[in-house]
Amino acid sequence: MREGRGLAAKSPARLRRRGAAIGPDWRNGLFVLPFLLVYLALLVYPLFRGMWISLLQFDMFDQTASFAGFTNFRRLLADRIFLGTVGNTVLFVAMTVPAFVVIGLALALALNREGRAGAVLRAIFFGTSVLSVTIVTIIWKMMYLPDRGLISGILGVFGAAPVPFLTSQDLALPAIAVCTVWWIIGLPMMLFLAALQQIPGELYEAAALDNASRWRSFVSITLPSIRRTLLVVVIYEIVAQFQLFGQALLLTKGGPNNASRPIVLFIYEQGFRDWNLGYAAAASEILFLFMAVAAIAQYLASRRRAEG
Amino acid sequence: MAAGSIVGRSAGDRLILGAVILLAIVWLVPVVWVTALSFKPNAELMFSTASVLHPPYTLKNYTDILASSGVFRWLFNSAVVAAGTTAGTLVLSSLAGYGFARTEFPGRTLVFVLVLIGLAIPEQAVIIARHQIFSDLKMHNTYAALILPGLSIPFGVFLMTQYFKAIPRELDEAAMLDNASRFQIFWRVILPLTIPAQATLGIFTFLTAWNDYLWPLISATRPEMFTLTVGIASTQTNFAQSEGLGFLMAQAVFAGLPVFVVYLFFQKYIIRAVAGAAIR
Repeated sequence: MREGRGLAAKSPARLRRRGAAIGPDWRNGLFVLPFLLVYLALLVYPLFRGMWISLLQFDMFDQTASFAGFTNFRRLLADRIFLGTVGNTVLFVAMTVPAFVVIGLALALALNREGRAGAVLRAIFFGTSVLSVTIVTIIWKMMYLPDRGLISGILGVFGAAPVPFLTSQDLALPAIAVCTVWWIIGLPMMLFLAALQQIPGELYEAAALDNASRWRSFVSITLPSIRRTLLVVVIYEIVAQFQLFGQALLLTKGGPNNASRPIVLFIYEQGFRDWNLGYAAAASEILFLFMAVAAIAQYLASRRRAEG
Repeated sequence: MAAGSIVGRSAGDRLILGAVILLAIVWLVPVVWVTALSFKPNAELMFSTASVLHPPYTLKNYTDILASSGVFRWLFNSAVVAAGTTAGTLVLSSLAGYGFARTEFPGRTLVFVLVLIGLAIPEQAVIIARHQIFSDLKMHNTYAALILPGLSIPFGVFLMTQYFKAIPRELDEAAMLDNASRFQIFWRVILPLTIPAQATLGIFTFLTAWNDYLWPLISATRPEMFTLTVGIASTQTNFAQSEGLGFLMAQAVFAGLPVFVVYLFFQKYIIRAVAGAAIR
C-alpha cells in the first residue's frame, strides 16, 4: 500500500514487479485484517469460549467455576422446563413457517405487477417489518387485551365472550405466532417477488399459447422456477423463528405455566436473570446444534441446485 | 401472476387485487388503531377503547413523553449505536470485500471459507461468552459494547465480496499500469462504483442495529445507556394493564416514527436489499 512512485517505476523491471503485484502478495491481506480481527474476537473466540463455559459449573457465592464435564447437558436433557421450551419452539416454527411460505407466496404472486397499486401494497405489507419488536408487541398487547382489546371487541359484536389470548395456556403461543406473521410477512414476500421476477416471461407466453390454465402454469412453470427460493425461505425462516425471543418475553414472559417459553428466553433467564452461566451456555449449544443442522441443509440445498 | 399481464387484466385478476387490498386494510388496522388510541385521554381508556371513535382527543400523551422519562436519551443512544454500527460495517465490509474479491494473498481462500462459516453462527450461541468478554473488559454500558458485536457479522463482507467480483477486472489492471497503489485503486477507482451496494448494505445494517433487542438488553443495564427498543420495553410492564395505556401507545408511535420515515424515504433501496440478498 505504500508503494513508491517515481523514476524507478518506469523501468521495465519495476513494471514487471507491478505485474506481479496482481498475483499473491501478503500485503493484500491487510484489506481483510480489520474485519478478521473483529470477527475472531467477537464471533469465533466467543463460540469456543461458550463451548468451554457450557462444561463449567459456576458457584454463585465465591464466584468460582469448576470443570463439570457434561453435567450441564445431562441436567438439561432431564429438565422438563427446558424440554418444554424445545417443544414450544418447534411448535412455534411449525405454526409460523408454513404461514410465511403460503401467505408470502400468495402475496408475491398477487403483487407481482407493474404500477402504483402493486408498489403501494408491497410497501404496506413490508412496512411492518421495519418496526422493532418492542413496538410490535405494544401494538399486539393492545390488540389482545381481553376487556378492551380490538379482537375481543370485534368478537363481542358477534356476541362472543372476551378471549384472554395471552393468559390462556392454549392460545398464548398461537397469539405470538399471529403477531409474528403480521410483523415479518413482508420479508418472505419480497424474497418470493425477487424470485418471480427472475422467471423469463417467454415461459408464460408459451404456456398461454398452449391455453394452459393459471393453475397449470403455476404448477409447471412458477413452482419449479422458484424451487431454490422456496427452500431458502423455508430454511431461513426455520432458523429465524427458532430464535424467537422478544415477542415471548414482552407479550407473555413465557407464561402461562411455561406454555409460551421458547429456548432463547430460557437461555436469557438462566444466564442473565439467575446467572447459571454454565447451564445457559449448554442450552445455547443445543440451540446452536439445531441451527447448524439447518445451515448445513441450506448449504447442501443451494449447492445441489447450483450443480444441477 | 405474470401470466395475467400477458392476457390482459381479466375479471379474476381484479378479484385478486380486490382481495389483496382488503387484506392490506386488515394489515393496517393494528397500526391505525394504536395511533388513534395514542390521542385519547388515559382516563377514558381505563374502561373502554370504543371511545376512540369520538372526541375528546388530546395531545397530552405526547407532551408527557417529551416532558418525562429518558426517551430523548434513548433516541440519541439508538442513533449513535445504529450510525456507528452502519459506518463500521461499511468500512470493514468494503475493505474485506475488496481484499477477497479482487486481490490475492496467501491463504485467501481458506480465510474466506472461515468467514463464510460465520454466516451460520447465531447470536445466541455466543451471547453468554460475549457478555463475559465485555464484563472482563469492564465495557458494559458503553457505546463500544453496543456497537462492536454488530461489526463481527460476516453478512456484509459476503455481500460486498459478491458485488466487487462483478466489477470488470480490467479497471484494476489499467490503474495498476498508472502506478496506483492497491489502496489507491480501491479508494479512488473501485469504491466509487459500489455506492448503490453501500446504500443497500448501509440501510439494512442501520435497521437491524436500530431494532436489535437481545444484546442491548443484556449489555446496557443502566437506563441512561438503554437504546430506544430496550428503553420503551422497560416501561411496558408498568403500564400494560393499568392507567397509562394512551401514554404507552404514544410511546410506540413516537418510537416507531423515525424508522418508519427512514423506510418511506429509502423504501426502494430496502426492498432491493432484501431482494438482492435473496438472489445472491
